[in-house]
Amino acid sequence: MAKYLSARDLDWPLLALTVLICGLGILQIYSATLDTAWQDAWWKQLLYVCVGLVVLYVSTRVDYHTLLEHVPLLYLLSLGTLVAVFLVGRQVFGSRRWIPLPGGFTFQVSEFVKLVIVLLVARYLSELRSDRLEIRDLLKLGALVALPMVLVMKQPDLGTSLTYGAILIAALFFGGIRWRYILVICLLALLALPVGWMFLKDYQKARLTSFQDPTQDPRGSGYQVIQSKIAVGSGGMWGKGVTRGSQTQLRFLPVPHTDFIFSAFAEEHGFVGVVLVLGLYFLLLMQIVQNAQMAPDRAGMFICMSVCSLLLFHLLVNVGMVVGRMPVTGIPLPLMSYGGSSILSVFVMLGLVNNVRLRRFVN
Amino acid sequence: MQLPLTDPTREDIPSRPLVRDDPKFASGRIAFFQYAAVAVFLFLSSGFWDLQVSNPERYSEQAERNRIKALPVLAPRGKILDRDGRVIVDNHSSFSLILSRESLRPEHLQPIADGLHLEHEDLVGRLKRFRARPQYEPIVIKQELSAGELSFVEAHRDMESFPEMELIHAQRRLYPRNGMAAHVIGYVGEVSDSELNTLEFVKYNPGDLIGKAGIERQYNDMLMGIDGQRQVVVDNRGREREVIGLKDSVSGKSLQLTIDLDLQAVAELAMENRKGAVVALDPRNGEVLAMVSRPAFDPNRFADDWQELVGNPDKPLLNRAIQAQLAPGSTFKPIVSLAALESGGVDDTFTVHCGGGASFYGRYFRCHLKGGHGQVDLHRGIVQSCDVYFYTIGNRIGIDKIAEYASLAGLGKKTGIDLPHEAAGVVPSTEWKLRQFRQKWYAGETISVAIGQGALTVTPLQLAYAIGGLAMGGAWYPPHLRMDLPQADRPRTANLNPESVARVIDGMFGVVNEGGTGGRAQIPGVEVCGKTGTAQLASNEVLKNTKLGQTMKDNAWFVGFAPRQFPEIVVVALFEGGEHGPMAAPIVRDVIKAYFDKKSRVSAPRMVAGAQPPVAQNATQGVQ
Repeated sequence: MAKYLSARDLDWPLLALTVLICGLGILQIYSATLDTAWQDAWWKQLLYVCVGLVVLYVSTRVDYHTLLEHVPLLYLLSLGTLVAVFLVGRQVFGSRRWIPLPGGFTFQVSEFVKLVIVLLVARYLSELRSDRLEIRDLLKLGALVALPMVLVMKQPDLGTSLTYGAILIAALFFGGIRWRYILVICLLALLALPVGWMFLKDYQKARLTSFQDPTQDPRGSGYQVIQSKIAVGSGGMWGKGVTRGSQTQLRFLPVPHTDFIFSAFAEEHGFVGVVLVLGLYFLLLMQIVQNAQMAPDRAGMFICMSVCSLLLFHLLVNVGMVVGRMPVTGIPLPLMSYGGSSILSVFVMLGLVNNVRLRRFVN
Repeated sequence: MQLPLTDPTREDIPSRPLVRDDPKFASGRIAFFQYAAVAVFLFLSSGFWDLQVSNPERYSEQAERNRIKALPVLAPRGKILDRDGRVIVDNHSSFSLILSRESLRPEHLQPIADGLHLEHEDLVGRLKRFRARPQYEPIVIKQELSAGELSFVEAHRDMESFPEMELIHAQRRLYPRNGMAAHVIGYVGEVSDSELNTLEFVKYNPGDLIGKAGIERQYNDMLMGIDGQRQVVVDNRGREREVIGLKDSVSGKSLQLTIDLDLQAVAELAMENRKGAVVALDPRNGEVLAMVSRPAFDPNRFADDWQELVGNPDKPLLNRAIQAQLAPGSTFKPIVSLAALESGGVDDTFTVHCGGGASFYGRYFRCHLKGGHGQVDLHRGIVQSCDVYFYTIGNRIGIDKIAEYASLAGLGKKTGIDLPHEAAGVVPSTEWKLRQFRQKWYAGETISVAIGQGALTVTPLQLAYAIGGLAMGGAWYPPHLRMDLPQADRPRTANLNPESVARVIDGMFGVVNEGGTGGRAQIPGVEVCGKTGTAQLASNEVLKNTKLGQTMKDNAWFVGFAPRQFPEIVVVALFEGGEHGPMAAPIVRDVIKAYFDKKSRVSAPRMVAGAQPPVAQNATQGVQ
């Protein structure tokens, strides 16, 4: 097997794009945390990226079919860990998302559950062996994904929970759901919105609405949107330069090294820098799509397209939030935002894409 | 599973069923996804285009406003010094809270008011007052923050709580304690709306601290500095990171007063727990050496005590030295004497018999001595303060002669002292009555005026000014408090017969030193001259019938100067409710004695040690 699994067959353009984006992220983390309590974050991020590259390579080694076989076990393990978060999780900013690890590190379970969801939908849909997705299967798969979604929402972590939904919807779409079902689901979702609204916490409601008119709540989540828009807007065409962004450096911008890193980047590098990085992300996504198109089987295609859709969803929500076009949901920007769990889970996903690619000639 | 090793491209031996596992089955939807991805990226890019390219100025301005704050640098007011350069009014450091109205949110007012122990309505009212001012100007909402309020501000000025709050350093006035010289100094306060509408204050802005009374008000322009401004870069916690622009404030100028703190202290002590006023002037140049008004107030606690001060029936805010207009009583007699001598109404041989009273125009006027003084000439008339003598000469010369010399002495009009709101007093005359009441003057009214009663009123300062000028032989130097006042040494002079002046002064010397009514003002070794006065608040006949009359006591006056020739100090004491003129005499004596004691102390070392350096000399003075 070693012959066609040589490193030569890895998706080198994809890896180059990944490393380039991560490098820009590390630079921005360095600039945004200068002279703050977080000023060590940039080299920690560098460490995470290096570990991530190793993890990426490791996750290409095991055939993804083997992984798919273990999905029931992984799924149950995920549910168990998510429940465990409630018991031993560390509370940060009012929500329990992290499990403490030895060495002062913490582990955000919900980030890794994403991988399991990706594998779960890939296995479920590839086993249907039908070009058309029936309502019954749709509901079953929906229920399987809804369970971890609810658990994560209870942490509470609305953003990550929604990413599971994004994976599900993307998979259903590629799994051949009929257009008229899509219409019906959209209608049902619209009808269900008011009901779901009642289950949301007040701060979540505020976040979901305040982005449209941030001046209504200029001290809460509206404050973040206002300051982010000011940061982005004041960056102008060419930006203020690395470590020169006043919004970032004087801390008017909230969490400029995690959720709002792209805002800090936009302030310091301007529209030109923004278009450049968005271009890199676009090429990255297209590279993954290419891998999906060359996948040897449905499962491989589902894995690649789920990862691709998930990344697109992250980009849409995070970058949309930065320019005030999406609600503040607190989901990170893949590859750029500071955070070990986020970096590692993205690298594992890219590893899965390479995993599929390496086996594209196998049938 | 061996096969792929030999030929990975082979597809004819599938390891899994090919049916329905064609990865290309979703190629249409993948293409759709690609278009969707393009749409998403265009959507995001257009967001950046809107913010960064379409109108970046708007956000640049907001970013600048976020990080740059313009803070006023308050100029300290000038110090107020006494004639020897000792500090009377100093400044002390404190913190004031200012509110930036640009970032102010109405719902924050209540918690801010609570944290600073202010009333919400007051705060709202205050903001209203400043509506006309430009928005970017921050407004002071609380001065002299306590430690607790300071920590409240420090804890809540971050971007997430109340970033509109800002602390600035301010120099606050530190006044002498116990109300010493309070009326002379006055106090500072924020300029009020009604004041802003007047010509005097039109140049100020709401929130400016200005002198409200006394010297603080009179010389406000000199004492007040010019505020500067600092432009600082702040972070989201309101912490200053960098100063990018600084326009320094210009401190106010120091002001030296003619007040002598030693004399002031003696006069204050003498008036302790009394109601009234003391004024000490140098008749040679008009310098005010001491000025006391009691009851006093504490300018340091003025804002807190305001309600009580205004409501107090004793009117502690009134500067009695220049604002109390009261009948001078017998202290007016030297003026009447002068008028009589100058107008030729009396001569050396003129005497009056006092039998305890006399009738004029059908009414009986009593002397203060029931038994009568017997045969009285001018000298005895002054020394014993015989009312009948003065009834008689007043009647002889008439009201207009009295008024002429009273006016000549400076009564009935403001002395022009450099303090706001001086009262003018009243010198009645036929013309005055005609103008004031459209009535004829009745000769009977002259009788009361001749002993300093009736419609005649003076302020303590006027009396000191008048008698001081008389003692100088007819040279009235305008009283003033500022040391280096230009045009201060030009007196108003009158051509008086030195003979007449000498006779009046002889009489006043007798009052103190020849068993007269002012014996208590005697100082061994100093030729003190003076005159007592007991002024009724209303005529005794009317008073007896009212209940108020029982509680209203006569005012005691004493005016004294020394030495007899070439006088150096003239002192007036008003002791309201002191009942008898002699009661005010010791107050004047204390001040005059303090003056001469100090003079001998200060001059002694000078004579002994001519070679002593001036610094050492000052040091010894300080110890004394």
